[in-house]
Amino acid sequence: MWSFFHKFGSPPWLYALSGVILRWLLPVTLLALLVGMVWGLLFTSPDFRQGNSYRIIYIHVPAAVVAMAGYYLMALAGAINLIWRMKMADVAMKAAAPVGAAFTFIALFTGAVWGKPTWGTWWVWDARITSMLILFFLYLGVLALYEAFENKEAAGKACAVLSLVGMVNIPIIYKSVDWWYSLHQSASIKFTGDSTIDSSMLYPLLLMIASFYALFTCCLLLNMRTELLQRESRTQWVRRLVSAAGNN
Amino acid sequence: MYFDSVHALLTMDGHGVYVWSAYLVTITVIATTLLVPRYRRKRLLQRLTAEFKRTKGVHGANTREQN
Repeated sequence: MWSFFHKFGSPPWLYALSGVILRWLLPVTLLALLVGMVWGLLFTSPDFRQGNSYRIIYIHVPAAVVAMAGYYLMALAGAINLIWRMKMADVAMKAAAPVGAAFTFIALFTGAVWGKPTWGTWWVWDARITSMLILFFLYLGVLALYEAFENKEAAGKACAVLSLVGMVNIPIIYKSVDWWYSLHQSASIKFTGDSTIDSSMLYPLLLMIASFYALFTCCLLLNMRTELLQRESRTQWVRRLVSAAGNN
Repeated sequence: MYFDSVHALLTMDGHGVYVWSAYLVTITVIATTLLVPRYRRKRLLQRLTAEFKRTKGVHGANTREQN
């Protein structure tokens, strides 16, 4: 068990493993995304109150769910880096920030586009939407903070602290629709009790949520691989890798 | 399929412009997020290949001179 854990600290091992995972996970993810989108767009009935605009749910909800989960992952990686000084955790944290920002942007944009025909406005400063915007700025803040430091170790520590402090925002996003009066509806999928969404809409939505999780993993691994090569460019294993690629 | 015609699919009873723009922007963002790290890695590998070749070349020239 411990040797397995220690292997995660080894850049060449992680680089090779992520390459193998991506080779099958990326095509499967793209296929699942395509199936989910076509299913949601073409093969489900419109919502009886919102009509066809509700079809945005199949990208809006998965993007928002994964944007929040991705933040937990980023903060967890930051904490591991702070406590155990694990370099690979720092790589994972830095790799998660742009992906999380992209997913949050998708959630915000699709939310705005969905809001226009449903609420009659692109934007309201209510709790759910504002806290989601703060999440977006937190991701961007981590990215900017990384670039602001010359010393990469100090940058990693500062970003870890920022992401840990920012974690207070996640339960606020989650609970905002229950705590404050909001235009935004509350959750339709419930782990306990009956979901308030018809199963014909639930299944494609669950597929899309799973696909977005897989997509986040793919993007994270791709970013980590690039970051690993960059940080380790002076080491023997990268030199061997590059010369092996050059000879082929 | 729910829609009767391509036209119905595109317009979606007036909601087409919202739904399709949301999906198009999402696909664009996803594609960018996937392609940017690949592109950066490719560029980095090219740079490193050139760099290693150059240092190897210099090293090789030195050994020849010594011989």
